[in-house]
Amino acid sequence: MINKQVEHVQAALEGVKSGMTLLLGGFGLCGIPENAIAELVAMNVNNLTCISNNAGVDDFGLGLLLQKHQIKKMISSYVGENDEFERQMLSGELDVELIPQGTLAERCRAAQAGFPAIYTPAGFGTEVAEGKETREFDGKMYVLEHAFKADFSFVKAWKGDAAGNLIFKGTARNFNPNMCGAAKITVAEVEELVPVGSLDPNQIHIPGIFIQRIFQGKNYEKRIEQRTLTPKP
Amino acid sequence: MLDKNGIAKRIAKEVKNGYYVNLGIGIPTLVANFVREDIEVEFQSENGILGMGPFPYEGEEDADLINAGKQTITALDGASYFDSAMSFSMIRGQHVDLTILGAMEVAENGDIANWKIPGRLVKGMGGAMDLVASAENIIVAMMHTNKRGESKLLKRCKLPLTGVNCVKKIVTNLAVIEVTPQGFKLLERAPGVSVEEIAAATEGELIVQGNIPEMTL
Repeated sequence: MINKQVEHVQAALEGVKSGMTLLLGGFGLCGIPENAIAELVAMNVNNLTCISNNAGVDDFGLGLLLQKHQIKKMISSYVGENDEFERQMLSGELDVELIPQGTLAERCRAAQAGFPAIYTPAGFGTEVAEGKETREFDGKMYVLEHAFKADFSFVKAWKGDAAGNLIFKGTARNFNPNMCGAAKITVAEVEELVPVGSLDPNQIHIPGIFIQRIFQGKNYEKRIEQRTLTPKP
Repeated sequence: MLDKNGIAKRIAKEVKNGYYVNLGIGIPTLVANFVREDIEVEFQSENGILGMGPFPYEGEEDADLINAGKQTITALDGASYFDSAMSFSMIRGQHVDLTILGAMEVAENGDIANWKIPGRLVKGMGGAMDLVASAENIIVAMMHTNKRGESKLLKRCKLPLTGVNCVKKIVTNLAVIEVTPQGFKLLERAPGVSVEEIAAATEGELIVQGNIPEMTL
């Protein structure tokens, strides 16, 4: 067993510097690396390029970094529900690149899997494809999209062990597995760090080889964005 | 004329036994409420669930279980969770049988715009560009005209496109329309709506052949 465990979030984020490019897992506020985001705020690093499906809400998730103007550029697929984001984008303070959700996932996966780029039909004929190489395969048009090149990847899992093996829960899985091993250093925070040997190897979603640092997360808020309910009969 | 639930009810008739279906945000989400109970259908949400169930009862909501609209949901027996790359493998790989989504504009050549109003509203495309670029069977659910009363069925889209030549069918509060190489072909009228009213609300070429039946719900 190769031990990837670090004691706390400060050790997990050692080496993060202003100007870096970061991948951050999560969909909306579901499955976001809450501890890593809080530490990025505390470290006060800035000029960051953040790649994440969404930009949080005004007072949670990546919204916390936006409030302090720590993000220079955001690469996302959907950025609604965040007034400060919209203000910074429309005023030109924040550089924003919007890309299709499946393209975002596949650019992560390409980086993880060692592909320099992939062809996707998503965005062909739209402004997303402007300036990009396109090619026809079997009569259909595709757009060339490049693998991300990131310095750190921050992911959140449900359970993990010191070997870096991860198991995700529900739809909190989302982009997290695709971002593991997609940056120079992948940092995993987990709700439950369990003893090595207690996870069934059959059930592991991401093998530890993709993870460089893992730590026991703390104080998860796990905020719900839209609490929709069925009335009790 | 139909309301939003009426549009959803009419679209539900397009959902067939054995279909995997992706529902967009807004009117499309309502379609799940009207699918016949004697057929087997599974709903996919692109954030990573197949076999999505209704909203939970109070006290049973789970922050780790949401749909693409970030709403709390439940998982039905037989459901599965997966990562975003696999989710879009289902979509891009054409394993999903039917995609139902909303739109700001649809053109008579099947182009769709639904993600951006320059300078005013920029929320992003989410999974819509992947869905429309790959799905074989795309139904648009929307009102026939916008809040200013202008037609949303156009000769050419004016807003930034989400996808090109992809919409096959449109169900609005006024009509069911098929997108053909010749233009918008009127298939059905909403209850109490005349062909003339539909034509007046349609900017693109409307093809009317023979007697147009009133839709049954």
